[in-house]
Amino acid sequence: MCADTAVAPPRKSNGSDPGDPAAARAPVGARRRRDDRRAAWLFLAPALIGFALFYAYPTLQGIYYSLTDYNLLSDPTFAGADNYSQLIGDEQFFNALKVTGYYVVLNIGSQTVLGLLLATLMHRLTRSVALRAILLVPWLVPNVTVGLLWMWMLDANLGFVNHILDALGLGTTGFFTSPTWAMPTVAGVNTWAYTGYTALLLYAGMLQIPHHLYESASLDGAGEWRMLTRITLPLLRPVLALVLVVSLIGSFQIFDTVAVTTKGGPVSATRVIYFYIYEQAFTNFRMGYASAVAVVLAVILGVLTAVQMRLLRASRSDLA
Amino acid sequence: MTPTPTPAPTEDARRKASPLVKSARRKISPGRIAAWTLLCGALFVTVFPFYWMVRTALTPAADIYSDSTGLIPDHPTMINFLRVLGLTSQAEARAAGGSGAHVDFLRYLLNSVVYSGLIAVLQTLFCAMAGYAFARLRFPGRDAVFGVLIAALMVPPIFTVLPNFVLVKNLGWLNTFAGMVAPSVLMTPFAVFFLRQFFLSIPRDVEEAATLDGVGSWGIFWRIVMPMSRGPLITIGLTTTVWSWKDYLWPLLTGREEETRVLTVALGIFQQQSPNTQPDWTGLMAGSTLSVLPVLVLLIVLGRRLVESLNFTGIK
Repeated sequence: MCADTAVAPPRKSNGSDPGDPAAARAPVGARRRRDDRRAAWLFLAPALIGFALFYAYPTLQGIYYSLTDYNLLSDPTFAGADNYSQLIGDEQFFNALKVTGYYVVLNIGSQTVLGLLLATLMHRLTRSVALRAILLVPWLVPNVTVGLLWMWMLDANLGFVNHILDALGLGTTGFFTSPTWAMPTVAGVNTWAYTGYTALLLYAGMLQIPHHLYESASLDGAGEWRMLTRITLPLLRPVLALVLVVSLIGSFQIFDTVAVTTKGGPVSATRVIYFYIYEQAFTNFRMGYASAVAVVLAVILGVLTAVQMRLLRASRSDLA
Repeated sequence: MTPTPTPAPTEDARRKASPLVKSARRKISPGRIAAWTLLCGALFVTVFPFYWMVRTALTPAADIYSDSTGLIPDHPTMINFLRVLGLTSQAEARAAGGSGAHVDFLRYLLNSVVYSGLIAVLQTLFCAMAGYAFARLRFPGRDAVFGVLIAALMVPPIFTVLPNFVLVKNLGWLNTFAGMVAPSVLMTPFAVFFLRQFFLSIPRDVEEAATLDGVGSWGIFWRIVMPMSRGPLITIGLTTTVWSWKDYLWPLLTGREEETRVLTVALGIFQQQSPNTQPDWTGLMAGSTLSVLPVLVLLIVLGRRLVESLNFTGIK
């Protein structure tokens, strides 16, 4: 495959007239190759235009905006590293990083442990597709809907959960309005929404583990816990690592749930980095500053993605 | 593969493939009961909030304080659905607990279908074309171009959202479907990567025979490669549909107005219009139910496919 592109002739004849009669007399292979080149650019045209306009250009533009003062109404004015030096003294920014970190730890922790538990239960008990489909439903639903649904379930006065807590003599809690509980609540809600999805990915990984390993372990008298720690977990490690990194990157980008439920409050307890960027850009009209925060987030996520790509490469041998 | 011992071994293999299902028929242990209880508990926690959402949507707004614990509403009604669908008069809607603001979820539902449909179909097509070029056609600089394109996976969405918003705004495309779908309709690096991987695995012989018969690359792509790749194409199409259906931030920025407002954005605006002290819960839950129904239909019609797609792309 790599050898194909290393072949010199097509590169040399790059600028030649497509109607060149010499090409018609050339062997089939060469003619095919020349036709390929024209076809290839036609096949690639939409994707390349999309890439240039909506990925490459905005990336450069974003870096440029981060060096400017820009309120979306008048033209950006160059401000050098001002935005970045402001960042260093911005408590809200560091709070956003801290809050996001707290969310990521809570969410990834609960989602992975519960997902692993669910996947193990499914793997050891049933292969029902219907069951898997039901577990997938919360993932299919928009985060906005999930947010509203749980705002209602957890409402301080009328919410179903508080009715239960009250009946159990535990008193009621304003889950989304308490500075202590707001973030764990948001994390819990997203855990509810994404655990089924995580569990299914892990379950798919478990199906790759040869069954005879479990059979012989069970003949040797190994219990479920032993099978989990000695067979499932070690053999699942590549998949588990991948799922972890993917959901880690995903949870850094939490926005919808916060935007619907807490709007960053109470007292910035849930003002995560994505929401902070959004507010700076579209509520305070500080596009340049928002871009600088986005650059920092991009660097963090870039590192995580690089790790992800490495894992992807390691888990698939036929990758280019 | 071997034709002789077909029936018996497959049955045996199936039993072997699920050793625990087999042993379940033999004995019921306490551990097994505990495990099933846990699994059923998980199912309950998954399903119950949806039940409660529909139950609330069927409750008259006037009953929301007096009737908030029973599993079935005392006076079930469809009025909440009718009013969020814009099928009642303003006065009727206000009498049923609405804020009086105009809502027309039928329209937002349609907008959502247009939005996610456009993105899913066009993105899949264009990414398949690009994936095919990278997998099968020879052209100078192919690997370099592919590498640059895939590098876009490294750029987090929020980073491009800000400049893309400025771009769409400057083009005068705010509140048009063109502006809303523009950034995602032409390509997404993952889909190109994923489809290229699949196309690489298609044997070359068929294509070469077609080439000798004088079929061009376009013909090979449409008549041979695309039909052979149904599974992966549906997989990418389905996951794209789900993601664009759930999308909130981008349509919120570029399509707030009535003509282009999608369901997620509509729900957010509806929530903001209802007073904070006394939210219109019955109306909100009716709207929420509407945003779940289409994906539920998708799941019922394409359930197995969707679940299997996950195993396929999920670990991306």
